Amino acid sequence: MTRSTTDPLASPVLTLRASAEDRHVAALAAAAIGLSLAEAAIPLPIPGIKPGLANIVTLLVLYRYGWRMAAWVAGLRIIASALLLGQFLSPAFVLSLGGGLASLLILAFAIRLPHSLFGPVGVSLLAAFAHMGAQLWLVDVWLMPGGNLFALLSVFLGAAWLTGLVNGLAAVHLQHRLQAPPSAS
Amino acid sequence: MNLRRWLACLRKGDWLLLLGLLAAVLSLAARQAGSLEGQAVIRAEGHVIAEVSLRLNRVIEVPGPLGLTKVEIHAGQVRVQSDPSPRQLCVKQGWIPPGGAAVCLPNRVSVENAALGYDTLNY
Repeated sequence: MTRSTTDPLASPVLTLRASAEDRHVAALAAAAIGLSLAEAAIPLPIPGIKPGLANIVTLLVLYRYGWRMAAWVAGLRIIASALLLGQFLSPAFVLSLGGGLASLLILAFAIRLPHSLFGPVGVSLLAAFAHMGAQLWLVDVWLMPGGNLFALLSVFLGAAWLTGLVNGLAAVHLQHRLQAPPSAS
Repeated sequence: MNLRRWLACLRKGDWLLLLGLLAAVLSLAARQAGSLEGQAVIRAEGHVIAEVSLRLNRVIEVPGPLGLTKVEIHAGQVRVQSDPSPRQLCVKQGWIPPGGAAVCLPNRVSVENAALGYDTLNY
């Protein structure tokens, strides 16, 4: 992000000017934060399993604006939604951050796969498994060392499969809607 | 969008990933189905001294006439980790399969993997 500031010695007021890209990132992150908050209101039976709807936004940004923007949007979403939900710096935040970083790393690689073979659904699946894998690893190594997560592995990975598929399909659908002329939608 | 158009959104690699990952998850679930509620029954001198779940990793020390027998539970499996018996038969047996048992006769300790479900003995 580029921040042009006036000379702090000359003027006591420090101004940060937001570039057009900054505003764009903020708008997209706001959409992702909205989805995060909305899904926090959904009651879910097993802790640790969430639809991860905000990742639809990350996926769309990745396809339209590239990995750097996607990383900004995902990072801002993770921090801002944790602040809003009162989870900042709590274990839930660390898990969210770990999962987010892992899925961003996988996305950097997945977006380079040939587009004729791998669409958003495949990319979303890979990211969902990276997300879940990193979180399970964190829980196993840091949060609950000694607890046997192996027995629950299939449940969590099954959830990653389902959410990866659903989010991927949602991203495909939104891509079509965004590309189509407004009258057709 | 109807179902056919949804399916048309998936490319070859997507199908490969979807089916491959689903197969991996299902085979994992199938492998664990029996061991999910497994229990280990540990006996010393013929008396049951512990019935423990296989869900938590730990090492249980069982005293016998020759010394300590260490029973290890790891990732839903159970084995005799070490034993003072001279021939080490129960240690060499390795991980005990569901329904199986390892008997450390000189130290009078036995470990049984009492998995839920049916086998030829309790059917």
